Amino acid sequence: MKSSGSTPGYTLNHPRWYRARVSTYWWLKQWVYLKFVLRELTSVFVAFFVVTTLMQLRAFSRGPQAYENFQKWLQNPFVIALNVVSFLFVLYHSVTWLSLAPRAMAVRIRGKRVPDLLISGTNYAAWLVISAVVAWFLLWG
Amino acid sequence: MAGQKSQLRLEPLLWTLFSAGGVVAAFLIPVHLFLWGLAFPLGWLKAPGYLSTMALLAHPLVRIYLFVLCSAPLFHAAHRFRYTLYDGLQIKHLNEVINFSCYGGAVLGTALAGYLLWTIP
Repeated sequence: MKSSGSTPGYTLNHPRWYRARVSTYWWLKQWVYLKFVLRELTSVFVAFFVVTTLMQLRAFSRGPQAYENFQKWLQNPFVIALNVVSFLFVLYHSVTWLSLAPRAMAVRIRGKRVPDLLISGTNYAAWLVISAVVAWFLLWG
Repeated sequence: MAGQKSQLRLEPLLWTLFSAGGVVAAFLIPVHLFLWGLAFPLGWLKAPGYLSTMALLAHPLVRIYLFVLCSAPLFHAAHRFRYTLYDGLQIKHLNEVINFSCYGGAVLGTALAGYLLWTIP
């Protein structure tokens, strides 16, 4: 694969090992696998959100008319449908991410581990507060 | 191979960006997407006008916030999508193309965000 002439390169997949073939659709075989792949696919919708945000910033830099046109574009039924799907995926990212927080940060107070529920609970509460603050700025700021 | 070695050293940084971007995305994207993508276009809530949004954008902290909101989730998504392709489709042999497009896209988006936020009057 990668070795060329005098410099023997490392291959990422060792060619001599036996590897059982796994179907390309392995993730359709069990619900947990599918959930895993759906969670990983939230990345597509996160990226889509950033793209629309960049388009919005461009509209703002071009003036009121461009902003108006951008808002019209957002009202397109196809875009709305896409945003509904994106919203569900992004929510799924948030829920899975915040639920994993207790595993990522094992907080100890006086040598005792803080219960998982308290950590994820704090994260969910923070999510709520942050969302409210952002909404406040956009609606009344 | 020089390319592969430097890639290995980059991995911790890329993972940190993945993690930081994941936090930013989890806390901030749902409310933004709900308001701009659903509540405003469907008329559930009144969208902020051009002038009031520009007044918000006049604040440097808002611009820094928006820069982070764009950039960090892009690096998060790039990293996650890269592994989705690796594991989901088992196309690890396309390594270089995948890395280039995923992280390249994130760098491009970050540059665009920086440019736009810098030039908005």
